[in-house]
Amino acid sequence: MPQYMLLIYSPGRTPEQAEAEGPQWFAYTQELIDAGAMRAGDALEGSDTATTVRVRDGETVITDGPFAETKEALAGYYTIEVDDLDAALAWAAKIPNVGYGSIEVRPVMAIPSMPTA
Amino acid sequence: MLPTSTAAAEAAFRDERAAVLATLIRQLGDFQLAEDALQDAFAAAIVAWERDGVPERPGAWIMTAARRRAIDRLRRDRVLADRVERLGQLALLESAGDPADADALPSGLGDDRLRLIFTCCHPALAMPARIALTLRSLGGLTTGEIARAFLVEESAMAQRIVRAKRKIATARIPYRIPPDEELPERLAGVLAVVYLVFNEGWSASAGDRLVRGELCTEAIRLGRLLVRLMPDDPEVAGLLALMLLHDSRRAARVDEHGALVALDDQDRSRWDQGRIREGTLLLDAALRRRRAGAYQLQAAIASLHANSPSPDETDHAQIAALYGELARRTPSPVIDVNRAAALGRAGSVRQGLALLAPLLADAALARYVPLHAAHADLLERSGDAGGAAAAYALAARCADNGVARAELRRRAARLAAG
Repeated sequence: MPQYMLLIYSPGRTPEQAEAEGPQWFAYTQELIDAGAMRAGDALEGSDTATTVRVRDGETVITDGPFAETKEALAGYYTIEVDDLDAALAWAAKIPNVGYGSIEVRPVMAIPSMPTA
Repeated sequence: MLPTSTAAAEAAFRDERAAVLATLIRQLGDFQLAEDALQDAFAAAIVAWERDGVPERPGAWIMTAARRRAIDRLRRDRVLADRVERLGQLALLESAGDPADADALPSGLGDDRLRLIFTCCHPALAMPARIALTLRSLGGLTTGEIARAFLVEESAMAQRIVRAKRKIATARIPYRIPPDEELPERLAGVLAVVYLVFNEGWSASAGDRLVRGELCTEAIRLGRLLVRLMPDDPEVAGLLALMLLHDSRRAARVDEHGALVALDDQDRSRWDQGRIREGTLLLDAALRRRRAGAYQLQAAIASLHANSPSPDETDHAQIAALYGELARRTPSPVIDVNRAAALGRAGSVRQGLALLAPLLADAALARYVPLHAAHADLLERSGDAGGAAAAYALAARCADNGVARAELRRRAARLAAG
């Protein structure tokens, strides 16, 4: 079955807003687990805590913040395993922040020889 | 002249390509492989039919040949991880014989072409990709013809189609008729694609080829296919009726110099009565189901025009009421402009002008040609010839289409002179 990563983008939220939303995220994650679709998932700290690394001409360049400044930042992800794109889109449409943020749905590339942990 | 077998192969190909392709995609689970195998089978048909004569059921012959070519291609493809499994499935099909191919290709909800339409019109594909893929897979147009119709380089159009097929495969866009709870929305998306194709042919947003007839013909063909596949949906019939009723005027709406002829000035004896009859019958049957929708309402408006002996005898009040119903369902300035124009013709000039007032104040509509043309017509009816001439001149300055621009200038000049 194909896997999809649901990349969760969100505008900045106050700690109160984030906390109030917590139970919805737990419920959603539980729903994914109960449906047998959950493969992985994490929430990320804010993009103001991000550091970007590049190596150019052998030199490591470290910059504060994310690569591009946008209104919506990557806030977390789920990796799910479902039948097809329609099923993945249906799960994406139920993510708690989808009403004000956006979810990018990307198929996970199948690389059979990739080493795993 | 082509040898008989080549002509027969081409005819069979044209008639049955979509049905064979749709079934192959289901059996192979691979859009590109199905197309390649079908192309191989067509080449094989020309050679074999030249040698042995044309088979009794050319479509079934091509289907079987294409499946064998697909097996050959899969055998050669050593990279494909699941090819053993897929070859096994195909071998099974081969030995069992597929009853679906043996007889006339099936119709109704079981038809693979319906799956194919829903896949090609999937909302995860960009609209230009949906249109190109639908025309290429289900229509009878080549990539080059589609590119010319949309004024795009052939290589760019080919790339658009390849990219869409790759997304279908990689993102696993499903090949199926959507479940009941999604069907109304997804069907609306399919109808929108078909109507966009028709409108692209009908209105030619740029350039002077006012009627790119092949797109209209193709959209009607797709509409007929949809009606055959989904006979119980009144909006599907409504869309086909709408396209037929518009298209009935095709020969009359452009003069011998390629200039646009306004509805009022058209020679009604040149309207295609066969299309009017077919469209009107379809519409009447659809309306009897009492589930009116936007396409049926628009078709009802078109049918009032098409079945009227002259512009003055047309029931403009009824047309204005139908536009009002459309606006209630899907408010839009386009509908309001048409409604205002109909109100003017029904004698309610002040009501029409009042409806346009907020639209004329809207900066986003400042260059919307039909708005200024309708405004000009209402002003002329109200006795304000100077204002009408100015509004026609403004409409002409906003027009991209050379043919339409010339007509608007002519009207402005006539009023200014009078």
